[in-house]
Amino acid sequence: MKTLVADSKEKLGKGKIVNDFSIQVATVNGSGSQSSNNVLMRSIFQMGIPVSGKNLFPSNIAGLPTWFTIRVNKDGYIARKAEIDILVAMNPQTAIDDVKALTPGSVCVSPVELKLDAIRSDVKHYQVPFSELAAKASDNLKLRKLLTNMIYVGVVAELLNISHPEIENAITKQFEGKAKAIDLNLNAVKLGREWAKENLKKEDAYTVEPMDKTQGKIIIDGNAAAALGCLFAGVTVVSWYPITPSSSLCEQLIDYLKEYRIDKETGKATFAVVQAEDELAAIGMSLGAGWAGARSMTSTSGPGISLMSEFAGYGYFTEIPTVVFDVQRVGPSTGMPTRTSQADLTSTYMLSHGDTKHIILLPGSVSECYELSLEAFELAEKFQTPVFVLTDLDLGMNNWMSDPFEYPTKPINRGKVLDAAALEKAGKFERYKDVDGDGIPYRTLPGTDHPLAAYFTRGSGHTEKATYTEKPEDYVNLMNRLEKKFNTARQFVPKPILSQSKDAKVGIIAFGSSHFAVEESRDELKAAGINSSYLRIRALPFTDELKKFVTDHERVYVVEQNRDGQMRDLIALEMPELATKLRSIRHYDGLPLDASFVTEAVIREEKK
Amino acid sequence: MTTSAPKTNRIGLTLADYKGSPSTLCDGCGHDAITSQIIKSFFELGLSPHQVAKLSGIGCSSKTPAYFLNQAHGFNAVHGRMPSIATGVSMANHNLTMIAVSGDGDTASIGLGQFCHLVRRNVPMIYIVENNGVYGLTKGQFSATADLGSKLKTGVLNELPPIDLCGLAIELGCGFVGRSFAGDPKQLTALIKAAASHKGTAVLDVISPCVTFNNHEGSTKSYKYAKEMETPLHELGYIPFFEQINVEYEPGSVQEVELHDGSKITLKKTEHDYDPTCAINAMKTIKQAHIDKQFLTGLLYIDEQKPDFTSLLRVGEAPLATLPEEKTRPSKEVLKEIMEALM
Repeated sequence: MKTLVADSKEKLGKGKIVNDFSIQVATVNGSGSQSSNNVLMRSIFQMGIPVSGKNLFPSNIAGLPTWFTIRVNKDGYIARKAEIDILVAMNPQTAIDDVKALTPGSVCVSPVELKLDAIRSDVKHYQVPFSELAAKASDNLKLRKLLTNMIYVGVVAELLNISHPEIENAITKQFEGKAKAIDLNLNAVKLGREWAKENLKKEDAYTVEPMDKTQGKIIIDGNAAAALGCLFAGVTVVSWYPITPSSSLCEQLIDYLKEYRIDKETGKATFAVVQAEDELAAIGMSLGAGWAGARSMTSTSGPGISLMSEFAGYGYFTEIPTVVFDVQRVGPSTGMPTRTSQADLTSTYMLSHGDTKHIILLPGSVSECYELSLEAFELAEKFQTPVFVLTDLDLGMNNWMSDPFEYPTKPINRGKVLDAAALEKAGKFERYKDVDGDGIPYRTLPGTDHPLAAYFTRGSGHTEKATYTEKPEDYVNLMNRLEKKFNTARQFVPKPILSQSKDAKVGIIAFGSSHFAVEESRDELKAAGINSSYLRIRALPFTDELKKFVTDHERVYVVEQNRDGQMRDLIALEMPELATKLRSIRHYDGLPLDASFVTEAVIREEKK
Repeated sequence: MTTSAPKTNRIGLTLADYKGSPSTLCDGCGHDAITSQIIKSFFELGLSPHQVAKLSGIGCSSKTPAYFLNQAHGFNAVHGRMPSIATGVSMANHNLTMIAVSGDGDTASIGLGQFCHLVRRNVPMIYIVENNGVYGLTKGQFSATADLGSKLKTGVLNELPPIDLCGLAIELGCGFVGRSFAGDPKQLTALIKAAASHKGTAVLDVISPCVTFNNHEGSTKSYKYAKEMETPLHELGYIPFFEQINVEYEPGSVQEVELHDGSKITLKKTEHDYDPTCAINAMKTIKQAHIDKQFLTGLLYIDEQKPDFTSLLRVGEAPLATLPEEKTRPSKEVLKEIMEALM
């Protein structure tokens, strides 16, 4: 067995490690480090090297510790990497713990006065007089604090050999149009860079070299991507109540709507947004708007989903289209509001009292946040029911590299809506009658100028003609048709994505933000001699492909980010005869999933 | 015997065209009297039923939209949450005339929050509270509008003060606040019609006795009590914009208020000499009436200047609900522009 010192010497001495490492910047929340970290990440991205950025932040506005991690990976792996290679320890509160957590041979950039070299001798330290340099950057004390962040960008850029023109480009983009801010920040970067060049001797292996792997790619967070999906789906009514981590979905949507959805001829908005008084009202407004014919949506996180329960059942039972986003965070209760989770799955699937089942979409990437948002509106109107889009904090709030999004290929389809002409032609209208045999009835909108158009929407028992009923046969008829409609939906929800390996006995099932960690893990497993196939579920209810996948493999690992193995349970519930094949891999500490967690869990089980 | 054709209104419809299904409420229920006045008012206003959306929450009062305007779309929401539904409907289609019926439990207890925010936003609609001080469907528990000291049939005394929905609405900036009584059809129809002409939320708190659970001695929401105690602040009249009526009044005896659509409300003064255009005066009058145990009815407050929710949304004439794809889906070039900015 190697000693730690030997290991670190080996790592430090093995020459260059190019485009394959992670940087963690530890700062204080509210210190303005977000822009610096974006500049650092973007400049590497612009050098053509795949990157991803994750912000690990507290539920706090200012003062508590926050960490930003940039993963640089030449092979394009963009999941979290658990191990930190380069630490920028700017936060005195956490510096000692941060540096203690490093593996031998890592790098630590820190303010000289913290004397972190005294704590770990098996780490390569670069100690920088940040206060002195900041004093040179500005006379203004408040600005000095902000510019310190850009100084570490300069130091890191010099150490890693990040091209200066790309830093300039990233700063120009970050502070678009603000010439003074651009100058100040560029100057601070230069101060750091020049000081590092003159005073630091490069004694670690990490470096970047230009590649061509990011040409034409975008960087975006999942909430912005979902907002774009809503924008291009033609959303017209948006109601929301602020809650972390979903707020930025509606906030970014509002920005896009103001920019692109003001009618050029009339100057009038083609949308309406309301910040509701709570989530009960938010979903109420979105259902009211859906009922009256708008493409409506609301967005929330776990606690909001709990509050929406009653109206979710109403929407299901009375058949009103709307789209509900749940950007999941750690629960139950307030939980950990700024940490990621996939634990709302079962409760949302059956949200509300009574026999209720909802269509749920599960995007696994930022591009799917966009595509499945578009699809959610189509499905909501096609099936006249609330459709839930479940993402999570990791997908929603972190920066992901992606191919650019595609313009929708299908025209907007508003579903089975009868206008006055159609009513005239039909000669009759029964709101809840299954005319076509697919369980999906026809609806009319208030304001339709025809004597047959009106009907009464009620959450109480209703007949096919939408009149009140307590008759057993009417209720059973209605519930059976709703079930039929739900089963029809199985053919129309997004199908799972299958990646089959020939002769693989091991199958892996995952969904949502686990995707990139699972992809990376499959490569690690392959290297360890375990061949695996992979099915990524993108929607509930399940489709036929899932059953086939479980049937075709000897052991199936269901990877998910919750304690109870909720997806595993839902699969077992639907196909109990296959349940013994299912193994559960559950990650639920609030941090994004990383490949090694999956790899180790599978290897442990496979070697039994 | 000769039969004359039934009377028609300005759009050629008869009173029957404004009716709903038969009521399933108790005989003599105040709510049914209000339903009749809604039917009469909408008939006389000559509104197209299919351009109306009728909404309610849960409770006896909330059943009543089924009993009027069969040709209008109806929405029976969950308990206390009708205001959010109404807000959404209004956002989707602001051309609809919206009438909501709620109760004192639905509005002042479980739905108080949503009621407040609806009023604060000034969502254009008529909001009638059929106020009887008790829960009927669950058999007679007190609601939050029950007067201090009033008694349940079982003898239970209410020890909590009532929430005055009119006072609350004025506090929240409501531009049309009236209080009436199910047993005063003349005043009630004038208020309903004027409310329909108002651009914004119009709150009508109508005392509507519950004949089964709150019509006994000791109740302050019984027919007997309301009849004896009702004190109209003025004699109310309504002149629709489509009728050119000029009535001669003794100078200073009548106050006229012009409503948004050009209709007028006339307030013939009583000994109260009440001016409903002053919020401070209205609040004071409401407070004083509580102290004096008076049941004041009429138009408590009116402000025709306050912008309604629709105008704050800055939307066009056409309802958002039916905008065509070319208005709601930005072009391919827009997506390209957004993508390039993210590269």
